[in-house]
Amino acid sequence: MSFFLETLAGGLLAGVMYALVAIGFVLVYKASGVFNFAQGAMVLCAALTFVTLRERGIDLWLSGLITLAILVALAVAVERVVLRPLANRPQITLFMATLGLSYVIEGTSQLLMGASVHELDLGIPDTPIELGPIQLSQFDLAAAATAGALVIALSLFFDRTRIGLSLRAVADDPGAALSIGIRLQTLWAVVWAVAGFVALVAGLLWGARQGVQFSLTFVVLKALPVLIIGGFTSIAGAVVGGLIVGASDSLAEIYLGPLLGGSVSTWFAYVLAVAFLLARPAGLFGERAIERV
Amino acid sequence: MTILTRAIRAAAVTASFALAAPASAGDAKEQYFPLATFRVGAYASSGIPSWAGVIDYLRYINEVEGGINGVKLFWDECETEWAVEKGVECYERVKGGKNGSPVAVFLPHGDPVSKALTEKSVADRIPLITTGYGRTEAIDGRVFPYSFTVLFSFWSEASSVVNYIAEQVGGKDKLKGVKIATIYHDSPYGKETQTPLDILSKEYGFENIQIPVPHPGNDQSAQWARVRQIKPDWVFLRGWGVMTPVAIKTAAKTGFPVNRIIGGIWSGSEEDVRPAGSVGKGYLAITPFPAGQDFEILKKIKAEIVDKNRSDLRDPKSFGSVYYNSGIIETIIAVEAIRTAQGRFGNRPITGEEAQWGLEHLVLDEARLKQIGAEGLVQPLTLSIKDHEGGGAGKVLQWDGAKWAIVSNGWVKSDRELLLPLIYERAAAYAKEKGIVPRTAESAEASAR
Repeated sequence: MSFFLETLAGGLLAGVMYALVAIGFVLVYKASGVFNFAQGAMVLCAALTFVTLRERGIDLWLSGLITLAILVALAVAVERVVLRPLANRPQITLFMATLGLSYVIEGTSQLLMGASVHELDLGIPDTPIELGPIQLSQFDLAAAATAGALVIALSLFFDRTRIGLSLRAVADDPGAALSIGIRLQTLWAVVWAVAGFVALVAGLLWGARQGVQFSLTFVVLKALPVLIIGGFTSIAGAVVGGLIVGASDSLAEIYLGPLLGGSVSTWFAYVLAVAFLLARPAGLFGERAIERV
Repeated sequence: MTILTRAIRAAAVTASFALAAPASAGDAKEQYFPLATFRVGAYASSGIPSWAGVIDYLRYINEVEGGINGVKLFWDECETEWAVEKGVECYERVKGGKNGSPVAVFLPHGDPVSKALTEKSVADRIPLITTGYGRTEAIDGRVFPYSFTVLFSFWSEASSVVNYIAEQVGGKDKLKGVKIATIYHDSPYGKETQTPLDILSKEYGFENIQIPVPHPGNDQSAQWARVRQIKPDWVFLRGWGVMTPVAIKTAAKTGFPVNRIIGGIWSGSEEDVRPAGSVGKGYLAITPFPAGQDFEILKKIKAEIVDKNRSDLRDPKSFGSVYYNSGIIETIIAVEAIRTAQGRFGNRPITGEEAQWGLEHLVLDEARLKQIGAEGLVQPLTLSIKDHEGGGAGKVLQWDGAKWAIVSNGWVKSDRELLLPLIYERAAAYAKEKGIVPRTAESAEASAR
């Protein structure tokens, strides 16, 4: 029983890490209805910038602030150069633009900061602690706490601030929001900047876990089923989706994998996602698209 | 069909031959050496130092030794991003040679692309040198005439790891009951050691546990939970890319001692352990590419190439690293094969077919390795039509937190006598399936004339 609980707990904590990446997707989708394929590249860019600054002897917090400033500048540039000229185009056009953008960000990051693998030490211990019969990682617990704090902060931002309310208005009805004087361009830049901040947090935690390297972009592969299950428009949904994917992946790997004679966690989350799509197309917390015809 | 259409077709056919038909040694004065590099993308961190080793050795041969018996080498690169389709495209682009100079050998630098090129290389008569990767059955050159799994096949890797563990526990007779868990990348590469470990576990009585990790391996909490449950004595880690540092970190946080983990060939570089930070201290790895700068050839390259700002290496930290040295080692083998072929066919650029002869008659004994300055860096090896591997041994390295130290007593040999007959059986089965008539030493010699 303790082994089952430990596997479940390990999976839930891994799921929180996936949720961190998924939240970045949710933010952009909520505000513009665009699936931002470049979120993984932003995670890589954020972590690579931070670690490059740290390796040049810059203080931890200052490195974080400079990285955040660079991500905000990137957000503004994306809005000006990519999104603004494509405003009012079909969503597939914007999606393809973010696909191209991901290659530009990845390539430019490697060009400017190199392709080496970097160690990233955030000073969070990664030793196991015993909780009764279960052993848990201190680092994973810290990551879970960070994700929790991030969800609360983002919820407050969306519910209690003027910009947050404007974002919700744009998400609900862009035309109506524009007619009452909400500046779409500014909001897009803001939401991309917030997505950049989320990418920084995710990049630091994933980078500390596996080293800062190109494969950080691969974490988006697990964010996709998380989004399908949780819903593309809900931050809380991203967290719940992450927990479901993490736990089911771990349990399937342990109990189903040996029966099938191989690793199952590459595809198991997608099977689960397809099942959710059939039963609940908008995900657990997603908003159902209602259109007047 | 109009005259214009016919003319265009004829021109296209002529151009395609000019581009793709292998160049003969002809009037060329220099030897073409195409490089299918990967300097961007997910695996650039391993590609950059490896290719620097390759290029630095080629430069050393040109600038210090005046070429191979006076034949200078020239090279160009095509970027593959370590993707199979781009690797194949690159091979197709360069296989015809350049400026009248033929391609003697091709370094695929990737297990998947080497497998994709196995049959093409036979048709084009260009040897593939795959050091530390590639199809294990290709050791049998009677069936795989142009694939050279030189140095250390995956079967030898598994066997050497078992033999190293046997040394640690007091002998092969003490292996009975020892639990060895292999945590492997769930891919054809990762599964390559399952058969030899199965054979060896039956031979020596150790418990053989196999745990797959899906690509890319950036979350392994479930796999290491299993390790914690099974409690193996040793873990053999066969990773690639991000899988290795995540495994080391996850092992540490589940309380498994890292000095009981032995990484495979592609889990044993500085790039694999540095991201794991301090918890990687004590981690072991087996390799045919020992790290270090104290080898004679490394000292010469440092003096003649690196210190004169002629090196391809951008990060000086990588000089003498596992990947840098792997580039040096595979290029030593390629250069010595061309040199051997020149001994038979003359001091001129060598064709792929001639290089195949050179490879199958390559002898790198202690004396020759000492002359090159590669004593201790390259294991002694003798290749033949029946043995495209030659060596079959690796050294065990241990990470001290900053660099690798060699901890094995020289090269740890594999049980080649036990495994070779089974490898030949598999090669014969492949030949039967594909309708290949295996070569003999006599038929190979006759075709070389």
